[in-house]
Amino acid sequence: MNAFDYEAPQSVDEAISLLSAGNGNVGILAGGTDLIAQLKEGRKIDLMLDLKQIPEATALSFDEDSGLSIGAATSCSKIYGYDVVQSRYPALVDCTSLIGSIQIQNRGTVGGNFCNASPAADTPPAVIVLGSTCRIAGPNGMREVAAEDFFTGPGQSVLQSGEFLVSIQVPTPAANSGAFFLRFIPRNEMDIAVANAAASVVLDSEKTTIQEARVAIGAVAPTPLLVADAGAALVGKAVDDEDAIEAACAASRAAARPISDMRGTIEQRIHLSGVLTRRAIQGAIQRAKES
Amino acid sequence: MATKTEDYLGITDYKVIGTRPIRHDGVDKVIGRAKYGADIDMAGMLHGAVVRSPHAHARIKSIDTSKAEALAGVKAVITVEDLPLQEDKIEDLGEGAANLQHLRANVLADGKVLYHGHAVAAVAATDIHTAQEAADLIDVEYEVLQPVLTVQEAMKEDAPLLLENQTTESLGEDTGQKSNVCTHFRHELGDVERGFAEAELVIEREFDTATVHQGYIEPQNATALWSADDQITVWCSTQGAFTVREQAAQILDVPVSQVKVVPMEIGGGFGGKIRIYLEPLAAVLSKKTGRPVKMVMSRTEVLQATGPTAGSFIKCKMGVDKAGKIVAAYAYMAYESGGFPGSWAAPGAMCIFAPYNIPNVLIDGYEVLVNKPQTMAYRAPGATNAAFASETIIDELCEQLDVDPLEFRLKNSAREGTRRADGPVYPRIGNEECVKTALSSEHYATQLNGKNRGRGIASGFWFNVGLKSSAAASVNSDGTVSLVEGSTDIGGTRTSIAMQLAEVLGIRAEDVKPQVADTDSIGDTDVTGGSRTTFATGWAAYQCALDIKEQLIERAAKLWEISTDDVVFDDGTFSSSDSSKTLSFKELAGMLDETGGPVMGRATVNPSGVGGAFAVMIADIEVDTETGKVEILRVSVIQDAGKAVYPSYVEGQMQGGIAQGIGWALNEEYAYNRDGLLTNASLLDYRMPTCLDLPMIETHIVEVPNPGHPYGVRGVGEVPIVPPAAAIANAIYDAVGVRMTNLPMSPGEVLKALWSKNGENGTA
Repeated sequence: MNAFDYEAPQSVDEAISLLSAGNGNVGILAGGTDLIAQLKEGRKIDLMLDLKQIPEATALSFDEDSGLSIGAATSCSKIYGYDVVQSRYPALVDCTSLIGSIQIQNRGTVGGNFCNASPAADTPPAVIVLGSTCRIAGPNGMREVAAEDFFTGPGQSVLQSGEFLVSIQVPTPAANSGAFFLRFIPRNEMDIAVANAAASVVLDSEKTTIQEARVAIGAVAPTPLLVADAGAALVGKAVDDEDAIEAACAASRAAARPISDMRGTIEQRIHLSGVLTRRAIQGAIQRAKES
Repeated sequence: MATKTEDYLGITDYKVIGTRPIRHDGVDKVIGRAKYGADIDMAGMLHGAVVRSPHAHARIKSIDTSKAEALAGVKAVITVEDLPLQEDKIEDLGEGAANLQHLRANVLADGKVLYHGHAVAAVAATDIHTAQEAADLIDVEYEVLQPVLTVQEAMKEDAPLLLENQTTESLGEDTGQKSNVCTHFRHELGDVERGFAEAELVIEREFDTATVHQGYIEPQNATALWSADDQITVWCSTQGAFTVREQAAQILDVPVSQVKVVPMEIGGGFGGKIRIYLEPLAAVLSKKTGRPVKMVMSRTEVLQATGPTAGSFIKCKMGVDKAGKIVAAYAYMAYESGGFPGSWAAPGAMCIFAPYNIPNVLIDGYEVLVNKPQTMAYRAPGATNAAFASETIIDELCEQLDVDPLEFRLKNSAREGTRRADGPVYPRIGNEECVKTALSSEHYATQLNGKNRGRGIASGFWFNVGLKSSAAASVNSDGTVSLVEGSTDIGGTRTSIAMQLAEVLGIRAEDVKPQVADTDSIGDTDVTGGSRTTFATGWAAYQCALDIKEQLIERAAKLWEISTDDVVFDDGTFSSSDSSKTLSFKELAGMLDETGGPVMGRATVNPSGVGGAFAVMIADIEVDTETGKVEILRVSVIQDAGKAVYPSYVEGQMQGGIAQGIGWALNEEYAYNRDGLLTNASLLDYRMPTCLDLPMIETHIVEVPNPGHPYGVRGVGEVPIVPPAAAIANAIYDAVGVRMTNLPMSPGEVLKALWSKNGENGTA
């Protein structure tokens, strides 16, 4: 590991001025579970910018009107330990509680998971199906980007030079809604997804018909994917409409464009996109029924 | 003292053997005070780093170290030129052997790199970051060659040769034929052709198993100090300090007496910590700088560059007659050696049909160079691959004959007097007892219900070894005994060895203070490997106690002015034969000064009475047919320990072996890409099971005493890893009807097998 400077700005503005001061390669530190590992593997930076002193970046709060605000540097375990998340956003518990180990969950953050932009990241699909927005600070002030539009490629996002992710805003769940996330890994913990999927549904007041649906899949394309066709296949359909669910799975399989690597093959990942889409939809419907 | 098997059968009145005292090293390990190699820190200590090959197979055209040497803080840089030249000579390592030229070229590449991660140069600097930066500044120019990654590729006539001068030794003769095949050997028993001709049912299959890692948690490390008087001290993590001393002395071309090896506590070895890697580098860097040099591998270096165990290609064929007796068996076993010769087909061949009485057997073994790290032992090395082949064929035979797989194993069981295909005739062994225990177990009697669930059975054998051990002990005036021995403590061997001394002297295990000593402080002791330590070093401790007992009888005789023949020692008490005088061990220990001075016992052994070990595994699993993932529901292991000196440690070994075997079965593999680069050199992607992947592993210790050991001990450490791969494959077949013939049986592979059986839609 090479020597680098370390700064812990106290405000968004201070962070922006440090970022625009021409400090060379900047590594932004939230939990550090990706950054520090990368530094140990030879990534060179000139400045490490620690977000954990910035109030907006570590806040975790809920408001009935604006929903859940997750600071980019909020740890996974803080998120899944928050009673509002447990009662109203179980899909966020699904994803934040299965990343790495408990030690990793105590350090790692959803913001870092987004900015590291691994195609196999476990939090984006759930955050995407919940209709969330990324709040980005930059030299020209704040801008907002839909979660599904945040990623542009492996390790790449819409973040421009001088910008950083401040927080993620997750809307208040609608009545009669449910969301669910799962991944497939060969072990039962400590693993990277071979494929993952999330689904959210809003049911009618009788809880028999799907009014809105979103499906997202991961580890099967250069970025996490919102599969619009999968959601569309479910809208207006009965919760027990097997053909509609199969159509959604087929849409996921069609959207997946994975690679083969030591974690899985193209065929396996396309197949799993369908299997996990089905299980995510069934899980989301079940939760909506129980809501 | 009992000397024959019959004398042990039914012995239950041991005082110490078979109990579970608090382990002597427990407190230090629980509170983190135990010292491991990475804990070493010394004044003026330098840190070393290694430059490693980014290619699997390449010629080194040039090495330019000038930029590294110019970096501030760098104190020395070495390449293979800094290691003395070696003769073409084989060195026995206790478990495995090494040609010294190859050992030198493995420590630092000599003209050619033979695997991704092969060490090319080493640096010592004032801190680890500077050392790593300097390593990055060393320019190595390579001519990249085509890698050879499987035994099948390597055995082709036109395959690129890894070692240009390597010729095949076939049936003990050098053929002079240049080849990647280093060795071809054969075991023959009876007439296999006639046997197959007489068979009613014959099954033949081919098996591929991946290269796998032992998975010790502590990375290799070494700190060396080459002092001005040419005395060299090495602190390291090893299964055998004397083996390190021998290898290091040879590689450094110094007498063994100039090298002292201090074994630190070990964070696992499983066969992987016998060959040396860093020790000579640290020593030469220390010689160049006059300062202690510490080197610790990263996990990536461990996976890329230290010895995994061999992947293999096995063809196996077995035939049974009308009566359900196995009449013939054939195996073709080609095992990876890695970049240098020496592999594990030979022990695999000793184990493949070992649980059975088969009159006609032919085994052909091949050890083959491939562009992977030089392979090393791994817990019953070679036997898991072998049992995966033979035990899944036996399962298929049982299915076709419609017989219970345990009844079949009982009917065909090897027993006292059975000749194994590689020669030995069994003394009293416990295979039948293991199978019977499995048959009568609650697990086997409980029916497994549910869709996509299945049960698999497999047996395993490991021969165990004896080898050299030494022990010395001194009696303290408070009635305790300080025991010094040379076996790295793996799995609680300090205690299991001390207990054998305590049993003789009639004292408590807690009254023995065992210590693992450095190579200057105890007699030669072979590696903790081959399941030998409790057997052989325990035997040395037993002999050592007899020596003490004899001396104390003399002291009592002197004190009481009677003949030694009139002193009786029983249950820790010395008494005169007329019972008029008695002294406890402790009382007599307090009177040594007045009876002639201190008492020390000593013993060295090289025992031959090794008792082979058998194990049976019952595995219940469930397959998720949509994902191919195998869930382990319930597992039992039944194993003959001979005599379980410390039952908790025996259970620990059984559970540990099964856990590693499950990992090997389901997910573990070195994933090399087409260029021969290791793509999963981390414990994230080299998927060993976590505790969430394993159920409680139920253990049944069988005790059929080994007639070759004073307490009937057999080795216990290795055999439990032998059956799991086969047992799980058999369970998968029982669950979903596919025969898995490749390891690992990862979700993707099971899915593929299901697709080829049912078609993709059949599983969705």
